[in-house]
Amino acid sequence: MTAVLEAQNLTKNFPVRGRFALRRSTVHAVQDVSIGLAAGTVTAVVGESGSGKSTLARMLAQLIRPTGGDVLLNGNPVSRANRAYRREVQLVLQDPFSSLNPVHTIRYHLARPLRIHGFPADTAAISELLDRVALSPAERFIDKYPHELSGGQRQRVAIARALAVRPEVLIADEPVSMLDVSIRLGILNLLADLRDNDGLAILYVTHDIASARYLADTIVVMYAGQLVESGPAPQVTDSPAHPYTQLLLRAAPDPERTEPVTELAGRGAPPSLIRPPSGCRFHPRCPSAMDICRTTTPEPLPIDDAHTASCWLYQ
Amino acid sequence: MSDLLLDVRGLCVDYGYGEDAVHAVTDVDLTLHEGEVLGLAGESGSGKSTLAYAVTRLLRSPGVITGGSATFHSAGGPIDLFAADAKQLRVLRWSEIAVVFQSAMHALNPVYSIGRQLTDVIAAHRPNLDRKTRRERAAHLLHMVGIPEERLGSYPHELSGGMRQRVMIGMALALEPRLVIMDEPTTALDVVTQREIVAELIRLRDRLGFAVLFITHDLSLLIELADSIAVMYAGRLVERAPANDLFHAPRHPYTVGLLNSFPPMHGEWRKLTGIPGSPPDLRQPPSGCSFHPRCPQAFAPCPTDEPTLRTIEDRAVSCWLEGAQT
Repeated sequence: MTAVLEAQNLTKNFPVRGRFALRRSTVHAVQDVSIGLAAGTVTAVVGESGSGKSTLARMLAQLIRPTGGDVLLNGNPVSRANRAYRREVQLVLQDPFSSLNPVHTIRYHLARPLRIHGFPADTAAISELLDRVALSPAERFIDKYPHELSGGQRQRVAIARALAVRPEVLIADEPVSMLDVSIRLGILNLLADLRDNDGLAILYVTHDIASARYLADTIVVMYAGQLVESGPAPQVTDSPAHPYTQLLLRAAPDPERTEPVTELAGRGAPPSLIRPPSGCRFHPRCPSAMDICRTTTPEPLPIDDAHTASCWLYQ
Repeated sequence: MSDLLLDVRGLCVDYGYGEDAVHAVTDVDLTLHEGEVLGLAGESGSGKSTLAYAVTRLLRSPGVITGGSATFHSAGGPIDLFAADAKQLRVLRWSEIAVVFQSAMHALNPVYSIGRQLTDVIAAHRPNLDRKTRRERAAHLLHMVGIPEERLGSYPHELSGGMRQRVMIGMALALEPRLVIMDEPTTALDVVTQREIVAELIRLRDRLGFAVLFITHDLSLLIELADSIAVMYAGRLVERAPANDLFHAPRHPYTVGLLNSFPPMHGEWRKLTGIPGSPPDLRQPPSGCSFHPRCPQAFAPCPTDEPTLRTIEDRAVSCWLEGAQT
């Protein structure tokens, strides 16, 4: 399985002003993360706020420049985002209420990428795009303005806009978290169809591990800017290896749980990323922390086929 | 079943007047007993928050209560909440009914320390306590929600989102209310923090015995947390049942659809469909049962006639599938 889009040891530091204007400090948002997106698969990046999952997605979309590491498209390093890159890698944002321009019609939103990238931007092409995201009949939507559509329909338009240039990779940053519960599944199923029928490589960024289990083939768990576990979705959710993944799963709402959750191993909050903990960033909260965890960052260690955990417990 | 605490009958709330009025809550009956955790589930626009604002009389213009009654059984006898004057409400609020809002970030005053905000509440409602006792009480409240008392001097911006929400819960419990209304208290929080706060809440409820009206769109959380659950759709109560029964044997097609919108954490992968369509625009509500345009089981009476809430033992459903209705 070769990756269409690959992140190799991506690191991102953001400079910030300290308490006194002269002192500069750095937010270590993403540290040394490597993932690969293969055609026809969904990779989910799961993490809490501040875990670096959106920063990783934005680096892969080349919206921000990595501090270190490489982004490879079909094996070739990408140094900057040009039009050719945009044609292959498209981004869908979280909030369909602000990612569409309120003064333009749906036709305008979809015609623009088609025109810019040299595709015919006629009604037939736009209708086809709307059909692909199940906004049919297309003529009912094509001349509407964003405010005339519901949240779910708007997110479908945003996805159609991303599909206009026929990309190979779709990066979806929390695409359903702003939507009503009852319509989220429709968008997730649409992403699954795009994977299955069009062979898109999809990066699904989410804080909801249950939806990652539903949609993704591979789950990557991030904590405080580090990749802590990755593997096939059923394995990661059914037998999590890293103590942080275990904590996340135990904390997630689960109607089938019969015993109430009283004790959480590793409770607490993520650390400051200005001065992150040394070694494994989870060690101050980890119930099984050892001496080595405080000093040395663990490499991804194999659990079984394709399932790895960056945790010294598995050395 | 323990004693009745809150009894809402036929509540109707409109936004605006006359022809253009939007019926945000229509004919809702709701009862809450002492020490019970009642979950109120629904999507945005279902009227769940409006209901809470109406019951606490915090509804702002253009919101108007157009019908129904709400009786709160306080220690001093039943009080008609909709007839209560400002003085009665002032006695009732916070000491008997407390509210925790969604965004603790905005509910706390950024220019006062949290100690000051906690003692303010106590000073306003318990004027006979001296300064030292107030301070002790504030420290005790913080301790109760798991925050060290050294934090009394901290300002809201110095606390994390989870800690701010804990402070809000501590403040709500300051006067030992018998009913705490929580409007999406954990929605803005990360899942680990949410779990900690929910566990804390249940521990406090077991100790102090207050009742909770927990409003959220997250039905999967409610099933774990609540004793019973009421589901709202387009301003109406569509189903009410004990939490376990609702999960294992939902009766209303909307509840079924909502439960099918949460991917499970265990078991074989199966395709879920959610609910087709989108929640209705309340300015132009559908005729008959407001869920019928999205309902997979809609039949003859649904588009024209409105079902009424039918109570069978400890459950209530508002659906024509439940047979002929009286």
